Amino acid sequence: MARTVLPERQRSLLPSESPLALIDSTGVPVPDPVLEMPPDEVLLELHRRIVIGRRFDTQATALTRQGRLAVYPSSRGQEACEVGAALALREQDWLFPSYRDCVALVARGVDPVETLTLLQGGWHCGYDPHRHRVAPQCTPLATNALHAVGLAHAARLKDEDTVALVLLGDGATSEGDAHEALNFAGVWRAPVVFLVQNNGYAISVPVSKQNAAPSLAHKGIGYGVPSLLIDGNDPAAVHAALTDAVDVAASGGGPTLVEALTYRVEAHTNADDATRYRESDEVAAWLARDPLDRLETYLAARGLLDERRRAAVTEEAEAFAASVRERMNAEVETDPAELFAHVHARPTAALREQATLLAAEIAGGAA
Amino acid sequence: MAAALNRALADALDADERVLVFGEDVGPLGGVFRVTDGLAARFGERRVFDTPLAESGIVGTAIGMALNGMRPVVEMQFDAFAYPAFEQITSHLAKMRNRTRGAVELPVVVRIPYGGGIGGVEHHCDSSEAYYTHTPGLRVVTPGTPDDAYALLRDAVECPDPVIFLEPKRHYWTRGDVPLGRSSLGMDRALVRRPGRDVTLIAYGSMVSTALETAEAAAEEGWDVEVVDLRSLTPFDDATVTESVRRTGRAVVVHEASGFGGYGAEVAARLTERCFHHLHAPILRVTGFDVPYPPPMLEEHHLPSVDRVLDAVARLQWDDEVVRSGVGA
Repeated sequence: MARTVLPERQRSLLPSESPLALIDSTGVPVPDPVLEMPPDEVLLELHRRIVIGRRFDTQATALTRQGRLAVYPSSRGQEACEVGAALALREQDWLFPSYRDCVALVARGVDPVETLTLLQGGWHCGYDPHRHRVAPQCTPLATNALHAVGLAHAARLKDEDTVALVLLGDGATSEGDAHEALNFAGVWRAPVVFLVQNNGYAISVPVSKQNAAPSLAHKGIGYGVPSLLIDGNDPAAVHAALTDAVDVAASGGGPTLVEALTYRVEAHTNADDATRYRESDEVAAWLARDPLDRLETYLAARGLLDERRRAAVTEEAEAFAASVRERMNAEVETDPAELFAHVHARPTAALREQATLLAAEIAGGAA
Repeated sequence: MAAALNRALADALDADERVLVFGEDVGPLGGVFRVTDGLAARFGERRVFDTPLAESGIVGTAIGMALNGMRPVVEMQFDAFAYPAFEQITSHLAKMRNRTRGAVELPVVVRIPYGGGIGGVEHHCDSSEAYYTHTPGLRVVTPGTPDDAYALLRDAVECPDPVIFLEPKRHYWTRGDVPLGRSSLGMDRALVRRPGRDVTLIAYGSMVSTALETAEAAAEEGWDVEVVDLRSLTPFDDATVTESVRRTGRAVVVHEASGFGGYGAEVAARLTERCFHHLHAPILRVTGFDVPYPPPMLEEHHLPSVDRVLDAVARLQWDDEVVRSGVGA
């Protein structure tokens, strides 16, 4: 089904005053003049991926308690953004995730164990970025936005139909690289989409201490980048906004900045204590706007999600989590010699010398 | 030297359509030092183009372009103006191959005019090499002569690793014959610019000529001085430099940058570790002082001069050797 590209008159630099939504927090559809409700099969796939993603996220948090992961930054509550972003991309497009986007990686098809390699500590990036067109998860904030703009601009120079989508948080919008990336993208009209998941907090610092503009989406204006403010807990709205933005970028219309209002239900990571900086009432209010609940209510009301399908998806998610658990419980085999293997295309003489030294040290220790 | 670099860029653009040249003022202006003169006109603005004025943006987008199969050669206008790009260089450019277990290669060249001696005002004369040589994953090279500028830059553009290409800006106007063939030396090797028996002067970039002038002056004093041009700061050519110092038994390392924690400290330490029993004197360093780069009217006092290097050569405990060999007893 052909998607509707936002007409030029709606490509305002200014975001709307209130966030665009297609399904409200109670699961009731709301008409939107800009966004079009995704087709049923897309909504069902969003549902399936969100259920699997949430189960994966819970499993990953459990693995931190078992000592199998050094740390895990949960995406719970942000699944509409995570899955909506992954499904909005075409195969040839690139995703530039940050560290909190494991659920997006899994939705994009990256192997879950390879996704968790970074947090497990066996290596830095566990997957081949070229295979799924997913850049390494970025821990420094907003640096990946420039990589996305560069990749997208190179695609245009090569006449390739490739769009780059970068995932940022609210905190990342304060970094200089976010602004440089928006500016370069605007000047070059690069086929890139910026998704800011405004989840309320940069670790403990609320958005009110991060930003004085009417919204984070307003930051696009200064760079000539059209911006949208959307309900980030509405999977339909996120998917619709991002597929439109990808279409616009692919058809030469330039970049789009999308701010999705969502909420980080868990603490920053398992090592953080969120009770030190936010009230439980606030969390409860956001739980009532849960992205999965509202999608299920909407789909059930439409007769698209019966108990049988719901059970089948749950079963698939449980099997997925069980497989992740089992594979993550296997001992990780690390090779000290690999420390020297990927520093340069070919190890330098000095690195070969150091590798020999380490090998001798290990051999001596074992003797 | 600027013309040699310009020709190297032109030949690299000609040889490989994946090569892109971009940065601030590199388009129609041809760069503030004219290193990219005429390239935009010849190769078009899809391959040679001006960017917004933001160094992190330049290196960050170069990384993205390399991820998409390009071979970007970017210009930082001046040494100290490259600092906004430091995070992109150290956290991403240098580490990407390692982070991804070799899956992602970033053949990016970051050209940085560096050093003083041109009467530049503040923030235009830093010698920033040690920041980069201390970062695993980068290659750092710097030509000392126009002929080497061409060969090194061609090699850098073809290198599969990211290269910090430091251009000694006071030699942009230095003249010399430039063979346009490719050097068989490669990018990683140091070069003995002048053979000698008594002492090894180790220099790079702008200090190569200072070392060669010192060698001439020293000859009048009766010292036969060998001059080694490092060319590649990382990787360091231990073999060539060690061989020289073991042979001469004395060494002085010369650079413009401040001495404390500087590149010369690494050279002196490596040589001490490898040549200790061949040394007749401690390895000395002649460097800029540990002060922020001076204003133009004072920079002559800061920069290592022929006299200062010659003084260091004179301090290499020649008398002790005379005593030890019994000649002067």
